[in-house]
Amino acid sequence: MDALWLSRLQFAAATFFHFIFVPLTLGLSLLIAIMETKYVRTGDEEYKRMARFWGKLFIINFAVGVVTGITLEFQFGTNWSRYSKYVGDIFGSLLAIEATVAFFLESTFLAVWIFGWNRLSPKLHCLAIWLVAGASNLSALWILIANGWMQHPVGYTLRGGRAELTDFIAIITQPFSWQIFFHTISGAYIVAGFFVMGVSAYHLLRRHEVAFFTKSFRLGLVFALIFSAGEVFQGHIHGGEVAKIQPTKLAAMESFWETKANAPMYLLVVPDEKNERNAIEFGPLPGVLSMLAYHSPTATVKGLKDFPPEDRPPVTLTFLAFRLMVGLGFLFVLLTVWGWLKRDRLLDNPGYLKLMLYAIPLPYIALQAGWIVTEVGRQPWIVYGLMRTKDAVSPIAASQVGISLAAFVLVYSLLGAAAFYLMTKVAKQGPEPLTVPVTAEEV
Amino acid sequence: MLETIWFVLWGVLWAVYFMLDGYDLGLGTLLPILAKDDAEKRIVYGAMGPHWDGNEVWLITAGGVTFAAFPTTYAVMFSGLYSALMLILFALILRGVTFAFRGGLDSPGWRKLWDLCLVVGSFLPGLLLGVAFANIFRGLPIDQDGIFQGTLFTLLNPYGLAGGVLFVLFFMVHGSLWLAIKSEGELHRRAAALAGKLWWALLVMAVIFLLATRRATHLYDNYLANPLLFLIPAVAVAGLIMVKIFLGRQAWWRAWFASAAAIVGTTLFGVAGLYPNLLPSSLDPAFSLTAFNSSSSQLTLKIMLGVALTFVPIVIAYQVWSHLLFKDKVKEEDLAYEES
Repeated sequence: MDALWLSRLQFAAATFFHFIFVPLTLGLSLLIAIMETKYVRTGDEEYKRMARFWGKLFIINFAVGVVTGITLEFQFGTNWSRYSKYVGDIFGSLLAIEATVAFFLESTFLAVWIFGWNRLSPKLHCLAIWLVAGASNLSALWILIANGWMQHPVGYTLRGGRAELTDFIAIITQPFSWQIFFHTISGAYIVAGFFVMGVSAYHLLRRHEVAFFTKSFRLGLVFALIFSAGEVFQGHIHGGEVAKIQPTKLAAMESFWETKANAPMYLLVVPDEKNERNAIEFGPLPGVLSMLAYHSPTATVKGLKDFPPEDRPPVTLTFLAFRLMVGLGFLFVLLTVWGWLKRDRLLDNPGYLKLMLYAIPLPYIALQAGWIVTEVGRQPWIVYGLMRTKDAVSPIAASQVGISLAAFVLVYSLLGAAAFYLMTKVAKQGPEPLTVPVTAEEV
Repeated sequence: MLETIWFVLWGVLWAVYFMLDGYDLGLGTLLPILAKDDAEKRIVYGAMGPHWDGNEVWLITAGGVTFAAFPTTYAVMFSGLYSALMLILFALILRGVTFAFRGGLDSPGWRKLWDLCLVVGSFLPGLLLGVAFANIFRGLPIDQDGIFQGTLFTLLNPYGLAGGVLFVLFFMVHGSLWLAIKSEGELHRRAAALAGKLWWALLVMAVIFLLATRRATHLYDNYLANPLLFLIPAVAVAGLIMVKIFLGRQAWWRAWFASAAAIVGTTLFGVAGLYPNLLPSSLDPAFSLTAFNSSSSQLTLKIMLGVALTFVPIVIAYQVWSHLLFKDKVKEEDLAYEES
């Protein structure tokens, strides 16, 4: 394998691993902020315990997210130096802004929150976690604006052999980036909602801390319900934008080969990339693809064959990831609506609780699948229509990348195992006992 | 003009990173020497706990600003120094998770493992950043296409290694001083004594480095052309001397600030000597990457300057506030509540 393929694998591995931890950070920080706000408003110690217990899980998760995030910033330079040189004028500034406006805020105030229980008034302490939640979501916005620019470059001109900024406002306000942002953070909130529900279900099944975990479960449920439902509608709009802006990605998502008006969607498809067709197409829903993509059943959808082969993304992977994401998205609506109906009789529904415990990984899988659709579906471009991935890689030796890739796999596997072990342990242990032995209050 | 402003800001960001994370990296390196038992180790961790992450963001920002303001330099520097940067990265990863992982399991073996990660994860970045910067001062074998014609071992020349050792010593003194501020009793005395001892090693290394810089680099050219610049290394030297004086007076905070001034002064000494180069080429000066031939467009530099002038003062304000919030000595009972 050459430096290009190794670099792609390394980028994929580093991004996927980072993206296991980030979504929970985005959503759980908000949930903890809500819990602590309730504590400040009502004075109910139970909510403080909730903030502290979920906070413990949050901290472990956050740490891995932070340290693996540095990798991503470094990697553009180490492995994708030609890309960095070509788009640094735009992409680099978005990353720098992310660090300046969001990372400082997030990391400084998380420390204030962790170590400040005895040093700050409850209100100020609560403000700290709101700042953490706001900052982590703000950082998601900036990085997704940067990614949105790679999907749909705007506000630039080609000058001196690179893309130069001409319209900053166009870049930060372009609707496609905001669609990606809303789609991603909703997914992240679903992860957090299911995480809280799943861990709570574990304890409710054991009749442990019932009041505590019923409250937690319901909070996670409301959160997941709202965003699961929202995600379906928003995803539909987002898909329409993809059809307009990235027609090759849309065709790959559907494994759609021949250009057709009144394009159908098939219930079951098995792509056959080599022969540029589908091996199996079963259960056509006439006009549905035209409807989904262009909001009109008679609209013409361009098939993959109308694009030169060198401009097509890998079809099978994009297609499968898209189907998986969409299927899971609908399942989340089902699971949360079911939970809403049973919300007052959770303990009488051990089957449902058990299901929710095992459902914890599902939103993670959906998010990663979505990420595959976004990134693999953009191929062969690193910046859609502007720069090909193969032209973006650094002039470095494959051996160097091979060694670092192996090191990433090793270190990340160990980190992942340690984080999983510790989080499972904390999650199973449950909250600290109600009577907290508060030591020497600061005077 | 904008290029020059960004060149200065670029240098300042790195200097602030070394000043802030320097104490964490130094203290992490010295953990096994300073702390004799687990209670003391917990104090050492507690001295860094509320700050290391906020400090590390200065590195991310310095990297991000290199990307944003000087994309060509970022591309050549990061791909050229591939192996060194990967090592720094893995080290920082291990150091970072240690803070969250170490207390998670009540087992001596587990703690020992993470203590080791902290030491390695703190020592390596200090060493390698020193090696990297010394090599940048010296010039890297960069060809006309901006391709680095060397390996990790190209960097391990005597001058580069001297830079690495200098950084490690700076950070160890800086970290010991921080612990002297944050701890009491035996641990405090040990930290203060170690800072005093390491100071002599640092002094020797600083003199060697300053002299070697004359032989190995062209940094002094700028100083000879504009003697006013000598004020910068003067700050570094004065800071270094004041460390010893304040240590003698047991003025720990002042000693720490003097050490901070020495670190900032030393970094800016190199940066001012480099100007206008960001990455001088040792093959041919014509291949060097400068603030002018590797910069972003005027529009990007302008927008980024607006962002920096707005947000960096805010960042400084709340980071100072957070340092004031946790300015007291770390106490065992605080840790007990925080970790529960």
